[in-house]
Amino acid sequence: MAHDEETGGMEVLTFDLHGETFALEAGLVREVLDLLPETDVPGAAPFVGQVINFRGRVIPLADLRLAFDMTAEPATVDSRIVVIEYAIDGEATLIGLRADKVHEVTSIPHDTTEEAPRVGMRWRQDFIRRLARRDGDLIVIPDLDQIFAARGRSTGAVTPINAPQS
Amino acid sequence: MSGADPIETFRQEAQDLLEQIEQGLLDLAHRPGDRELVDAVFRGLHTLKGSGAMFGFDALAAFTHHCETAFDRVRKGEVAATPELVAVVLAAQDHMRALAEGRPASEVDGQALLDDLHRVVERAGQAEPAAAAAPALTTWRVRFSLPANALVNGTRPLPLLDELRELGDCHVIAVTDAVPALDALVPTECHLAWDVTLTTPHGRDAIEDVFIFVIDDMTLDIQRVDGPTTDEAVADVAAPTAVATQAEAAPEARGKSGDTVRVPAERLDEMMDRVGELVIAQSRLKQLSAASGDMALRSVAEEIERLANEMRDTMMVVRMVPIIQLFGRFRRLIHDLARDTGKSIELSTEGETTELDKTVIERLADPLIHLVRNAADHGLETPEERLAAGKPAAGQVLLAARQSGAEVLITITDDGRGVDRERVRAKAEESGLIAAGAVLNDEELLQLIFHPGFSTAKQITSLSGRGVGMDVVKRTVEGLRGTISLASTPGQGSQVSLRIPLTLAIIDGLLVRVGTGRYVIPLAAVEECVELSVEQDVRSTGRSVLTLRDQLVPFMRLRTLFNTGLAPDPHQKIVVVSTGRERVGLVVDQILGDHQTVIKSLSAFHADVETFSGATILGDGSVALILDVAHLVAAGQREEAQLRAAS
Repeated sequence: MAHDEETGGMEVLTFDLHGETFALEAGLVREVLDLLPETDVPGAAPFVGQVINFRGRVIPLADLRLAFDMTAEPATVDSRIVVIEYAIDGEATLIGLRADKVHEVTSIPHDTTEEAPRVGMRWRQDFIRRLARRDGDLIVIPDLDQIFAARGRSTGAVTPINAPQS
Repeated sequence: MSGADPIETFRQEAQDLLEQIEQGLLDLAHRPGDRELVDAVFRGLHTLKGSGAMFGFDALAAFTHHCETAFDRVRKGEVAATPELVAVVLAAQDHMRALAEGRPASEVDGQALLDDLHRVVERAGQAEPAAAAAPALTTWRVRFSLPANALVNGTRPLPLLDELRELGDCHVIAVTDAVPALDALVPTECHLAWDVTLTTPHGRDAIEDVFIFVIDDMTLDIQRVDGPTTDEAVADVAAPTAVATQAEAAPEARGKSGDTVRVPAERLDEMMDRVGELVIAQSRLKQLSAASGDMALRSVAEEIERLANEMRDTMMVVRMVPIIQLFGRFRRLIHDLARDTGKSIELSTEGETTELDKTVIERLADPLIHLVRNAADHGLETPEERLAAGKPAAGQVLLAARQSGAEVLITITDDGRGVDRERVRAKAEESGLIAAGAVLNDEELLQLIFHPGFSTAKQITSLSGRGVGMDVVKRTVEGLRGTISLASTPGQGSQVSLRIPLTLAIIDGLLVRVGTGRYVIPLAAVEECVELSVEQDVRSTGRSVLTLRDQLVPFMRLRTLFNTGLAPDPHQKIVVVSTGRERVGLVVDQILGDHQTVIKSLSAFHADVETFSGATILGDGSVALILDVAHLVAAGQREEAQLRAAS
């Protein structure tokens, strides 16, 4: 993404998944919801195994934990759903993302971020756009394009779906 | 609509105008002398030229100008509206359409059309010269008034008076009785009426022509005055009548200007979504109020329920458009087909006012065009063949629509030769669809026509048989959750029937429970519900087949399909669903009842999950998935075939 290089920072919403901190561009986020009744979609990829009713629309509920090989633990009082609007196949789509806990909107200066290292990562490297350091913590900025294109299949590391981003 | 692209707005307007012109021309082909039609076509051309020039479509304006000129001469009686002229203007109208849509249109073609036009106009002009001798002078009394908003809308009374003057000797009196007192006068409103005494060699039509562009909104009274008239006499009677006519005119004009509003379809979709949300919120409110026992709250909840339901019904109606929009296009198609095939074809339509959801109408256009072409191209015989078979030379194609319940039945009927069974069979055997000599009943044989890759046309003509087959038609119709069937009597003709649900947005569904999940089965596909007996349950561990009135129906356990992983209910039910020919039973835990369903599509993430065609939101706010019956039936039949092969 071009703009964070130019402006030197990006506004993000930070949230926890299985003890790790993740960040999403704040501009994508439509709403943070308490848990809602979920409906299983038999036959769907586990990554998007449920749908929810978001203000009268039926939207998929995606679990980023599965994309990062994390165990999906049962919901707690802190669990939330982050609703984002994202272009899937060129169409603006509302998607709910599970979060174990939602923190705050914060700014990540560009110079604190780096490319994900090619080796030594537990996760699919192309699922990570950047890594940011803050107070000794690591914040993962996921690459939603790649994750959604792969439908969250964390093991399909052999062939990236899209050409790598420049 | 203030933000709308003016070019786009013009294109839409041009589209409407061109359609009007086309309808006018086609009618004119049947009733060449009809002055109203000539005027309508002329007005359409004139408006198209004017707004085309305004929006920078100069080529269109220049081209249209020539057609307008031609029709102006028709209007004046200098040229007759011959079939040739109508045909050439129809062709020109296609060129205008291309220009209006910004498609590349060759200038050479345009010039060729214009040359044709001029030639035809000349010939038509000679064929019926203008009314011979000038008739004797007649005196007319013309009284007219314009609606109050005429000036705001850009109508100028002066040129009208000037034009009247051109017709002959004119005496004009302005009637000022309706003008309000100065303090109540709105300067932009027109309160004047005019009383004109005109002595002219022209007839009534010429006078009416002066008002051709404003006649819809005005009051006009033309009377022949016999004998000499004096100014006093005119002035005497003018005042009261003028006031009276204007008073009558006002409400009429107001009614017309509020006729229709253009709204982008997506806004209607948005509104539909909101209404869906409203209905859901309302049912939650109803549950709460019922639980609370507060009478005041309950009565408000009931009031809101009524309003929400009315709102939903209104919203449905708003999306409905009459099917005439679709049928209208076929007149031109038949006109061209008759020309290209050398057949004589008469198209009649029934039930054009039947209404369907706008989206459905749009998606039906291509399948219907294909079916009408088929009827005209393959179904109808040549005039010689028809006469030889003792039928009238002109073939009949009937397009009919009528509502039956929550569906619209559309039929395309021709009185042609009917489907040639032998050829269908030969073709199917040749392409390996059926084994040679296979025993099929008539219905099964006719169904083969809908099989992918099947086309009986002996040779590919420009009209049909080009790639798109009946299978595509069938798929489109099924995509609209409709069904298609064919009946045919050799020598007497064929009838294709389409049953299409009224709206895409809402279906009647059967709500069922499987494990802990709730699912909706489209009610139109449900044939019956039966109990799964213990014997069947036990016996069917290997093969799942149910005997229903001596017929074997395979059934599928939705529990297994959905991996619910829980122990089934003791009394499971089987919902038998069908897609017309094939049936399959779906084993569910419980049947919860009828449910009217607002269909929501699933996101791209679930596009690969074929078991479901969409989702809906239930009264408690939770989501239920809608089963895709066509897919389940196919899957069930496949599974059954495999099991049969394995055992």
